[in-house]
Amino acid sequence: MNMLEVRNLTKKFGEITAVDALTFSVAEGEVFGLLGPNGAGKTTTIRMLCCLISKTSGEAQVAGYHIGNKTDSLAIRKLIGLVPDNIGLYEELSAYENLDYYGKLYECPERERREKIEYFLKMMELWEKKDQPVSDYSKGMKQKVAIVRALIHDPKLLFFDEPTANLDPESSRVVRDFILRLKKEGKTIFINTHNLGEAQRICDRIGILKTKLLAVNTPEQLEKSVWGSRTEVQVEKVSNRILAAVRKLKPQDLSVEENRIILTVADPQKQNPDFVQAIVSAGGRIQYVTQLTPGLEETYLKVIEETK
Amino acid sequence: MRLSKAWMVASKDFKTFSKRKNILYSSIYFEAIVSIGLPFIIRYMTGKPNAVAAIPFILSAFSFLFVIGAALLPVGIASYSLIGEKVQKSLEPLLATPTTDEEILVGKSIAAFLPALGTNLVGALIFTTLVDLFTYNTLKSLYYPNWDIVIIVFLLGPLASLLSVGYNVLISSRSNDVRSAQQLGALIMLPLGAVYVLSEFKVLNLTTNNLLIGAAVLVAIDVIVFYLVKATFQREEILTKWK
Repeated sequence: MNMLEVRNLTKKFGEITAVDALTFSVAEGEVFGLLGPNGAGKTTTIRMLCCLISKTSGEAQVAGYHIGNKTDSLAIRKLIGLVPDNIGLYEELSAYENLDYYGKLYECPERERREKIEYFLKMMELWEKKDQPVSDYSKGMKQKVAIVRALIHDPKLLFFDEPTANLDPESSRVVRDFILRLKKEGKTIFINTHNLGEAQRICDRIGILKTKLLAVNTPEQLEKSVWGSRTEVQVEKVSNRILAAVRKLKPQDLSVEENRIILTVADPQKQNPDFVQAIVSAGGRIQYVTQLTPGLEETYLKVIEETK
Repeated sequence: MRLSKAWMVASKDFKTFSKRKNILYSSIYFEAIVSIGLPFIIRYMTGKPNAVAAIPFILSAFSFLFVIGAALLPVGIASYSLIGEKVQKSLEPLLATPTTDEEILVGKSIAAFLPALGTNLVGALIFTTLVDLFTYNTLKSLYYPNWDIVIIVFLLGPLASLLSVGYNVLISSRSNDVRSAQQLGALIMLPLGAVYVLSEFKVLNLTTNNLLIGAAVLVAIDVIVFYLVKATFQREEILTKWK
């Protein structure tokens, strides 16, 4: 079952199109990441899906409820948890008071609310400081409280908008590990992020957004679809004879960088031995044969670059 | 609209204000001066010639200060209640909960309105008690309670408070700074202050009838402001247009 079903979702602010005809789905238990530069429409997308702002056109369903329908909007907000890009805690209140307030707003019964606050604050190692005003907390501690706030009502779908932005590496790691823990528990998670390493580690599938959705796939498939399979062969010295022998085997693409021959091939496991044999037969002395994995960052940059 | 949800929002604000005492203190100084300070001016007057004629006239004008106080009291709380949320960027997670715009707006209004109403009532009680205590020997009867103070405290005061709450919500939607919002919000006192000055100069008599006409005018203005606030307090407007 799909937890999120989005079809041609569009948002315009006056003449400006912030999000253009977005179409994708997120299955139950899946972690979906939305990558994109600043102003790409990531936050606008989350806000539409959380029923915080209206759509201009298109359709979106959250757990079967339609966004844009007033009755469904309340039902959707009961089912989701949002960790916005700004932490947005009440600084004068303690962590416990902040969470208790949100527990009430999410209509959690008192006993359940108390138990959950204790469970999560202990898990986040904040229980000892539960009565201190949040203004005394570090940024990482505040982000932990903001995450618990989104979990207090046991939501089916969690939205994270830049969850590790502005956090130090240690706090980022704590937050990332917690998201991975939620993933293991089978929560459906939708993440907006700039952090490509984080997206690669956490997300099952990734969408690249720049007003339009440019690509959607698993990180591995995305790299493959953008770059193809590339093999780098480092030889002692590249000669015309070697290159002629390689070209005879018709690789999809061939480039030379110093003493490295970079080949794009359709089926590396089948074709690479033939290329190696051809290079050796042409007198080449092979130093290394490496499968090139460009990484999500290069893939992302290439996809974004192609739109310019 | 569920009142229980609105009450949750208001209760959270009460808790916040209890931890930010400066908001409460800055709100009640005017009320303290009026309810405790002014009776002593009346006490000083009791020893003067023609006090019997002058005191009722002065008290009629002084009573109207409880309308001004009722409008002034919610300024600090209402502006902090909304701008505080804006500054702490807590509106987005709040709006993401299953709470309607009306419930949040009513909750915020209750949080500003009830303390104002309570403080004004207590202030009026202190004022009328002290005045009766100081003037009984001179006037030979209790000046308070009378219909004018009842209309002021139970009708004009709450209406002025409601107007102030609505006006301050409108101001807060366009401001990012609590202090500037409070300064702009306090402008609500100007028309009411003008009424007070006119009454002191005997241009306007604050008779029971005139007070009731004033209440009718405030009802009409409150209704207009209510619709303006309702149009402003929409979650999309709050997230995308509130500066």
